[in-house]
Amino acid sequence: MIAELGHYALMLALGLALIQGSMPIVGARSDDMALMSMAIPTALAQFAFVAIAFGALAICYVTSDFSVLNVYENSNSAMPLIYRLTSVWGNHEGSMMLWVSILAFFGALVAAFGSNLPAKLKANALAVQAWIAAAFELFILTTSNPFLRIVDAPFEGRDLNPILQDPGLAFHPPLLYLGYVGFSIAFSFAAGALIEGRIDAAWARFVRPWVLGAWMCLTLGIAGGSYWAYYELGWGGFWFWDPVENASLMPWLAGTALLHSAVVMEKRGALKIWTILLAILAFSLSLIGTFLVRSGVLTSVHTFANDPRRGIFILAILVFFIGGALALYAWRAPLLKQGGLFAPISREGALILNNLFLTCACATVFVGTLYPLALEALTGQKISVGPPFFNLTFAPLFLPLLFAMPFGPLLGWKRGDLLGAAQRLLAAAMLGAVAIAAAFALQHGGPVLAPFGVGLSIFVMAGALIDLAERTLFLRLPLGAVLRRAIGLPRSAWGTAFAHFGIGVTLMGIVAVTAWGSERIAALKPGGSVEIAHYRLTFDGLFERPGPNYRDLVGHFTVRRSSGELIGTMEPSRRTFPVRNMATTEAALMTRGVSQLYLSLGDPNPDGTVPVRLYFKPQVLMIWLGALVMFVGGGLSLSDRRLRVGAPRPAKTRPVLQAAE
Amino acid sequence: MTRKQRRLLLIGCSLGVLAVAVALMLNAFRDSIVFFNSPSDVAAKHIAPGTRFRLGGLVKTGSLVRGDNLKIRFDVTDGGRELSVVYQGALPDLFREGQGVVAEGALDGAGVFEADTILAKHDETYMPKEVADALKKSGHWQDDYAQRAALPVGGGSK
Repeated sequence: MIAELGHYALMLALGLALIQGSMPIVGARSDDMALMSMAIPTALAQFAFVAIAFGALAICYVTSDFSVLNVYENSNSAMPLIYRLTSVWGNHEGSMMLWVSILAFFGALVAAFGSNLPAKLKANALAVQAWIAAAFELFILTTSNPFLRIVDAPFEGRDLNPILQDPGLAFHPPLLYLGYVGFSIAFSFAAGALIEGRIDAAWARFVRPWVLGAWMCLTLGIAGGSYWAYYELGWGGFWFWDPVENASLMPWLAGTALLHSAVVMEKRGALKIWTILLAILAFSLSLIGTFLVRSGVLTSVHTFANDPRRGIFILAILVFFIGGALALYAWRAPLLKQGGLFAPISREGALILNNLFLTCACATVFVGTLYPLALEALTGQKISVGPPFFNLTFAPLFLPLLFAMPFGPLLGWKRGDLLGAAQRLLAAAMLGAVAIAAAFALQHGGPVLAPFGVGLSIFVMAGALIDLAERTLFLRLPLGAVLRRAIGLPRSAWGTAFAHFGIGVTLMGIVAVTAWGSERIAALKPGGSVEIAHYRLTFDGLFERPGPNYRDLVGHFTVRRSSGELIGTMEPSRRTFPVRNMATTEAALMTRGVSQLYLSLGDPNPDGTVPVRLYFKPQVLMIWLGALVMFVGGGLSLSDRRLRVGAPRPAKTRPVLQAAE
Repeated sequence: MTRKQRRLLLIGCSLGVLAVAVALMLNAFRDSIVFFNSPSDVAAKHIAPGTRFRLGGLVKTGSLVRGDNLKIRFDVTDGGRELSVVYQGALPDLFREGQGVVAEGALDGAGVFEADTILAKHDETYMPKEVADALKKSGHWQDDYAQRAALPVGGGSK
């Protein structure tokens, strides 16, 4: 009954989306306010019905209703409640439901809180949003229906893929989707503006919070996925340049570029056409990411083999939306008016440089990810493009960007003073140089480039701090005045500094782990020990530990310093899931500061030894902490008063404390 | 500077960065692409020792030999030809006899494949796409795999 209710609600949502996608556009063309305002109730109602459908599916999962095929295939009544809930999106059909739910939710937010948007832009944008929703709802209903029943209901389900039974999965996919789908708002607004044929700086102000929010979620989602892969796959790597990862990195790069170009458009009215293009590209790359991951072209052919309609349907959605938007862009963009003038050395110029490098880096990832697919489709030749390719292309494009990054915020709008900025960054450069020298002195036999990486990351972090110091006149005013200036700074200035600082933190982690991480592989008998980087691990023995829907074979290890001082114990395990007859490696992590010891267990050998893989990961946590700092930066920027369109002006303005922009 | 000059400068910079990106990509494509081969391909192509490639096929049942220090040796077969593989290190969770495997490495002088990576695929069908295609090509695809593959892939990926 619940499943049928969900199915029916989804069909109603599709019907509402079709109305929402057509009437408001007709209204916008014929200046009919009544038709235009239809977008609002339909968007709200569409969200309500999609939410009912999603809720129905979630109830089926939580109550373990195995008469529903999707639940039977991906759940099991022995799973803890949290995994029964997360398995809603741990499969193809359910994850598409999540996609559509977030899409409809964002549409409803625009409808509910966009009262200060120009009526036509709002009507057109909501209509475009409804087309996307309708396409995906049709996709779910025709090819990926999660509400199908089984005639003879089984007693027990087939369990969720054990690798996905992890707390990381609880928030990783929703965050990624929030990011992907968040860009749909920018896309819809871009398409809406193109349909209407006019655009102004206010457009950027409407869109920027959405882009910022999407970017924040995507940042956290990618970082979460990376940490999940790090501890769950037993491999100890934080980034594999796997196509599935690249699929989420590409929208992030395009979204980062969009974030910066939208600033130029908002502040200076320039780069309008380019910003529109980026808005289209960011969501197009999100769609491509969904296609790559969900259609099965990458991880397995079977999704295609089982139901070729699915892949073709998503491909059709891709072609329609990306092709349609680009065609609309080619047709209407020349009508848009060009923006203001600025000198090459200026804040605008720096942001253009940022955009250039980000889009080119994004293009290399795009080519590296899709070239093997294209080659195989055309010639049947199978190749793999792995980390060496990306290290040779992405890194050389990203490093100059990082070097230039601290200069940007120190340059003025319209006309900047490069020499002045360089002088102000002198302290940062000196810190970086000291860090390079220190790293050279401390490292024994690491890669030659690593100390320069450390220097660059210190330069980036110090540069972000100098930006703040310059704005608050730190050391030039008494501390109280500096504090008051700091409080008076626009939140977006804080956001910029945080986000840029976070990049430096992440870079530091990546450099340290890549250059100075160490690895030991050994086969240990009980009592045996293995040493790594000032630590000695002693293997005490194996024991069994039952779990709710699995069995753990746990290895008990005692960790000591090389000097003999006891630090603690580590318990990596081999986890066997009887329902699917699968085993996963549950690595044990021991955090020391921001570094980690990483221990994973292999299958015990017949001779009684146990293979272990031990890693020392110096500064590894900085990789994800940096992402967290970027997320906070995004949040600060999002809370900036100027971004909240229509927010009441502050009662008392304190012009003295307004920071120089 | 006039508007026109500024625009030219902008376009020049863009083309410059783009050219650098293209040059980097072409260079990387020359050096860092790894081809996929089945044992039959290896026999047919006479791949030189030391050339890195990916080898895919089934781990031949009964061929797995474990040595000291986590050294292992096994045969990879595509139904037609076989190739011996040596590897040292811990194996991914999904490595099993009779199942699909993809290994990356190079041939040594004696024609044995020295793998430095055994790839862990994220799904539980034990049948990497490349291996499935290679088996189909050599005519040794069995419906059994297809049936196993037809099990729900449950998200299938990360």
